[in-house]
Formats: sequence, structure tokens, C-alpha cells
Amino acid sequence: MKKVRIGAGQGFYGDSFDGAVMNAKYGNLDYLAFDALAELTMAILAKNKFQHPELGYTRDIGLAMQALLPLMKKNKFKMLTNAGGLNPHAAKEVVLHVAKKMGIHDIKVAVVTGDDIKPRISELQDAGVDFTDLETAKPFTKEIEEKLLFANAYLGAKPLVEALRQGADIVISGRTTDTAQFLAPLIYEFGWEEDDWDRLASGVFMGHLLECSAQSTGGNFSADWQSIENFEQIGYPIAEVSENGEFVITKVEGSGGLVNAQTVKEQMLYEIHDPANYITPDVVVDITNVTLEEIAPNQVKVTGVKGKERPKDLKVVAGYDDGYMGQVIVGFSWPDALEKAKKAEEIIYRIMEKKSITFEKMHVDYIGFNSLHGPLAHDAGDPNEVYLRMAVKTYDKKKADNFFRLFPPLALNGPPTMSTFGQIPTRQLLGMWSFLVPRKLIESHVTISMSEVGEPV
Amino acid sequence: MKRIQLKEIAHARSGDKGNTVNIGVFAKKKAYYPYLVEQMTAEKVKKFFQGLVFGEVVRYELPNIEGLNFVCKEALDGGGSQSLRVDNLGKCFGSNILRFEIEVPDDFSL
Repeated sequence: MKKVRIGAGQGFYGDSFDGAVMNAKYGNLDYLAFDALAELTMAILAKNKFQHPELGYTRDIGLAMQALLPLMKKNKFKMLTNAGGLNPHAAKEVVLHVAKKMGIHDIKVAVVTGDDIKPRISELQDAGVDFTDLETAKPFTKEIEEKLLFANAYLGAKPLVEALRQGADIVISGRTTDTAQFLAPLIYEFGWEEDDWDRLASGVFMGHLLECSAQSTGGNFSADWQSIENFEQIGYPIAEVSENGEFVITKVEGSGGLVNAQTVKEQMLYEIHDPANYITPDVVVDITNVTLEEIAPNQVKVTGVKGKERPKDLKVVAGYDDGYMGQVIVGFSWPDALEKAKKAEEIIYRIMEKKSITFEKMHVDYIGFNSLHGPLAHDAGDPNEVYLRMAVKTYDKKKADNFFRLFPPLALNGPPTMSTFGQIPTRQLLGMWSFLVPRKLIESHVTISMSEVGEPV
Repeated sequence: MKRIQLKEIAHARSGDKGNTVNIGVFAKKKAYYPYLVEQMTAEKVKKFFQGLVFGEVVRYELPNIEGLNFVCKEALDGGGSQSLRVDNLGKCFGSNILRFEIEVPDDFSL
């Protein structure tokens, strides 16, 4: 019986590619699939592209391809990635360039576009699309529109499948769902019908378990995390999928990490809301009947995924410029570390008042006591050390940069023992805006183009 | 009856989407699951996260994996890319909840 082996290659822009290389070398893969995009990533790419129009994709794709292209040719698997971000054609150029430089030929690279709707805002408004934010129910204003950095619809697996049908060895897209790269090979290989909801749902759920790299193989695992071995060479998950949609989650033998029912469960609900209605462009997934079975060490069989008809609309997530965060961290030693930190905070407030410095918003933590717990922190006694962290929000970048300047004098003029890391770079803040767009308004603009190494492009 | 911390009988992971955090809580053994279902109501979890979660908390039951999913709205100071918090992606909600107290019989042993 035919089985398809899909390996995970990346969970976010900045992830290690060691797990991808391990899967490419020893995973006996048919496909290696990547998820390079998060909401924050899109904002970074938008800024890159604004400053340098030839950028806008996740730049680690070059390094990844250097390591993976020879393995792809040798071990005969295909790759799918959404590393194209806001500029998939530029990402393709990088792949072609790396291939040529390494003397690798006979590679077809497909590019999928059509997710970027930022240039189409007024057209979609004219078509009657409701831009009201799904999360806050706030109306879309001219002010938000002017501050938009990106706006992308989440594409499903369909155009990726078409690219594979046209013979692509590598498929590069922009904003697809995190799971699309994983589902597409199954539709292509098994010829699943567009309304075969249960199987499609199983494929999406498999993708969900693979799209955060090691989060299903022992990474960020809360149960018995001390028992996880060799984090430094942790294996990224591999799914071996059967034609009926059932699959086994595993990893390369001898790699670090762990696959068992617990590690899979933790990833199963990660970023899921209603488990009976996990909405994707291809199918609505129901995981409330899923069974996990440990069939061998580091092998978990997954069955029972159910699917329902796909939604009529696609989701758009947009990001807008929402000012800047400046932050300062200064440390104080025992005895009375927390008390010293609080005194320093109070002095800063008084200086701000005297100099008439104000911010949109402020947030204060005592690192070592409550920065990860907030109001849930319990009494910590008299700790060895406490770091005061003060964060400010402002629409004036210079003001965010300059906040730090208030602190160094306290080393001599304030409570005893203050130590600092130095200045922390100011960070741009980003507001998110999401809404639904009728599927046909997006899909009619999706394009697939193919390039080959050696061809003029 | 005695009180134990959730971490003795469950594990958890949290994740973000916009200004919403979800927390998956999983019984370490099948026998522990009924305690979670009975005592970890949406209301109690909302109260537990007072000061961090400002919106509605919705609970979903997954008896197939002895799991509960808590979806907490207005939980991230605006959302990961807008928040001034250190834990701007809500990664620590899953560990925070492990301090939730569960009532068990006096003769309960792990």
C-alpha cells in the first residue's frame, strides 16, 4: 500500500535547519515542508521590502537551500515552503542562484502568488467586502488603512497542488496557511477529491502536528521535560501517511527528542480554539474523535480525524504600524533587591513628572519575580537579585530610544547595587487586523509560474 | 479532602492567536481526567487568571485525549506584536495554570 513520507523543515523564520537536514539525509522523505511565516514575520518582511524592494522574503532560504538542494537531488524528495513571504519571486531567484552556483541542474521551481491583497484594498471595498476587525469588531478606518504594512489572505493547498501537478520540485509561496505545505503533497499523491473532507482534515491535522518543528517531538514539552534527551540534535517530526489519511508521527532514529502520546497531545491543541471546528481554507477540521496510539518507541499512530465542508470565505490578516516600544532593564542585588527595584521605578516616575515626559502606555516588571507571571506571581521572599524592567509605548521612535537615558545616573544617585545590560534596541509595535473575503475574489487572482535552472528568468 | 497542584496530575501548553491565548491541559493518567473536568470550570480558570485575562474564557472538552482546551480572550495586552509584556506570546500561561489547585480525596496517591 502506498505511503507518503513528509518531513518538517522549519517552524518559523529563524528556526534551526539542523532538523531539516537530518530529515533530508536520513528521513527517507518524499517531501520536506516548511512553515516560515508568522504574523510578526510578515511585519519584518514588510519593513525589509519597504527599504529594499528586492527583499521581503525570509532570507534564511539561501542558507537552507545550500544545505538541502544537494540532498534533494540525491534522495529525490520535493520541497514546499512559504518562505516567499511578500516577495515569492525574489525568493525563487535566490533558490535559482544557489542551484546554479552549486552546479545543480534540472530543478523546476514554482512560485505561487495572489495572497497579497494590500494593493487591492479599495477594489475589495468596492466589491462590498466587510473590513470590520474579526477580533475587536472595530470598523476599518482611513487611519488604519494608511498605516497598513501588509495584508495577506491565507491560501490553502490548492495552488500548491497545481504547482506539483505541473512538475515542480520546489514550490515557493507567500502567505499560505501553516499547514498547506504539508497537505498539498497528499492531495497530489493520493488524488484526494476536493470534497473528501475526512481525508483532507487528516492531512491538515498532520500538517498542524508538523508545522512547529520540534514542538511535537519533545521541544517546549511541559510534562516530563527533564527526560528529553539531546535537545541540541532534536529530530523534527516526520509523518508517514496512508491513502486513507491515517498517519504515524515519528522522527529520525538516533535523533534527540521524543515522540509519544504526550508530546503529540501538547502540539495537538497548540493555537487551536474550538477543536471541533478548526477552520482552514481547504476543510473544517474536527479533532474531537482523534485517537493517539503509541505503536513503537517514537511512533504515534493518529486516526479518527473528521472533516466538514470548507468555508466560503478566506481569512485576511493585516498588520499596521502601532508605534514603538522602548524598554530598559536594570538589576539590583540582595538584600532588599525587590525593594530597591521598586524604589528605582518610583524615582523614574518622579523624574518623568519633573521633565514632563509622558508615554501612551507603560508596563513594569520585576524580572526574577513576576515578569512571566504578572499578577499571578507568588511571594518570592527576599530573592538574590531582581531586575527592574520598564517598557514604554510611544509613536515617536526617538522618545522610545531616549527613555534609556533616564537610568544610568541612578547607578550613583539611586538605591545601591544597580547594574545594567546597556541599551536595548527599540522595537516597532504592530497592530493586527483580520477580516473575511469571499473565496472567489482571492482565488481568481492566484497565479502559478514555473522556472527552471539554466533558463533565463 | 486535600488540595494538590495541577502540575502533579496534568501537563499543559499555551499558544497565541491575536489577543487570544489558548491553554491545552492534559491529564497525565486517564483516572485523573474527571478531576479536571469537574473542577476546572471556565469560570474558575477565568478567576485564576484575574489580571492577565480580561475577556471571556471558553472551555472545550476532549475526552479522547483526556484534555481540556481553554480559550482566553483579551489575554495578551493587545496581541503578540503589540504587547509590552515579556511573555508577549503567552507561552507561560501553560505553566502558570499548573499552580491551579485541585481537590482530591485524602487517600489519593499519584
